[in-house]
Amino acid sequence: MDFMYRDVVVPGDLISEDPEKAGEGTYVKDDKVYSFLYGLVSTYKDKVRVIPLAGKYIPAPGDAVIGVVEDIVFSNWIINVNSPYDGLLHISEYPKKIDLSEMTKHLRIGSTVMAKVKDVDPTMKVEITLNDRMLGILKKGRVVEISPTKVPRLIGKGGSMINMLKTEIKCDMFVGQNGRIWVDGNEEDMDLALKTILIIEKEAHTTGLTDRISEFLKIEKEARS
Amino acid sequence: MIFMDEDLSFLKNGFRLDGRRLDELRPIKIEVGVLSRADGSCYIEMGDNKVIAAVYGPREVHPRHLQKVTRAIVRFRYNMASFSVEERKRPGPDRRSHEVSKVSREALESVIMTAYFPRSVVDIFVEVLQADAGTRTAGINAASVALADAGIPMTSLVSACAAGKAGGHIMLDLMKDEDNFGEADMPIAMTPNGEISLLQMDGNFTQEEFGKALELAKNGCRQIYDIQRKALSDKYRKISGEQSKEIAGGVEVYE
Repeated sequence: MDFMYRDVVVPGDLISEDPEKAGEGTYVKDDKVYSFLYGLVSTYKDKVRVIPLAGKYIPAPGDAVIGVVEDIVFSNWIINVNSPYDGLLHISEYPKKIDLSEMTKHLRIGSTVMAKVKDVDPTMKVEITLNDRMLGILKKGRVVEISPTKVPRLIGKGGSMINMLKTEIKCDMFVGQNGRIWVDGNEEDMDLALKTILIIEKEAHTTGLTDRISEFLKIEKEARS
Repeated sequence: MIFMDEDLSFLKNGFRLDGRRLDELRPIKIEVGVLSRADGSCYIEMGDNKVIAAVYGPREVHPRHLQKVTRAIVRFRYNMASFSVEERKRPGPDRRSHEVSKVSREALESVIMTAYFPRSVVDIFVEVLQADAGTRTAGINAASVALADAGIPMTSLVSACAAGKAGGHIMLDLMKDEDNFGEADMPIAMTPNGEISLLQMDGNFTQEEFGKALELAKNGCRQIYDIQRKALSDKYRKISGEQSKEIAGGVEVYE
């Protein structure tokens, strides 16, 4: 029995007889594709995959993340990236050349950074970097946390959802793949932005969400003026 | 051992003490996601057994020396509440709960894809709130659903149930009196494709009886699997039902 698009599957469910189609969230056994997650079946570029309903953030190279400095050791900052694995930010990955003795001046324990995952090795040593012009230290605004499995929905297809939020609400935003989102603007706008993000998280797996959010923002803004 | 008229004590007109047939399970109720602070959770009632399971992880391993470089470790704690049995149970771990924890952990470890999360741990906690024989199987059933709820990669779910012998009759899912005064109890855990990951036995079976009991227990596991599956898909239907009035409509792909 093949599963239909958007059906709920549990681990061990057979989702396809064609091993070529095995995508994310699936494994192949005896030339058949099974789900290894509890989630929704979806097709993507002629692959079948399973979108999880829950789970932790597992760092992957290239991911944009928001992290908090947890500790400083040798020439590294240890960064919590809301994952079972801590990130390591080496002094050489800081945008400026700084001296070892001055590490605490630039980033202290508790400092929040927008960073990128540079490399992850097989033992899950996670190297992160600040060397990119979009990255840096967060000094103002607010950070909200959602489930990392809902981040793709917040971004939307080709960034449709997040771009709409950015234009409709006059806020700067940065979405970390680890489920942390930074929002900055005036207080009222930030309140609205956080409220909207939490609605998106709650309703992530429903259809026509982008339209409903757009409608919601229109009503909210009318109520304000 | 007892020396009563066997048929009179355990079976009357083909029905058991609680009115079940020999091959019948006790009623099962499963609720998914009952704890908000855990990554995954499940509450199960199998007859008069009431068990809650919580799953945390994958998360960092503490103490550090337990971690494995190539895979995640799995920890399982089975605990009985002091009020779960008739005579107050002395709280805390004892010989029996250590054993149940170990075998339950091994029953689930074989389906968890630990290679996905090197250097981490998946913690499973099972609390028995009320016991009526068969708490380890209830614990495994609940933990398996809670693992799925936590988004842990698994090759399949695990279902567990017991078969045994009381009054000379092979029967499914022994309740307390049948277990206490019966001759044998055999809990098993099984994946839906028939791989057995737990098989214990307490008491005596002849070879034929063993085969019969195993078949009975396997059948019970299949029934439980359907209930576990339904509980998980119902949870999704419930949350998506609350959110949207037009869920049946078009589809939306997101990357």
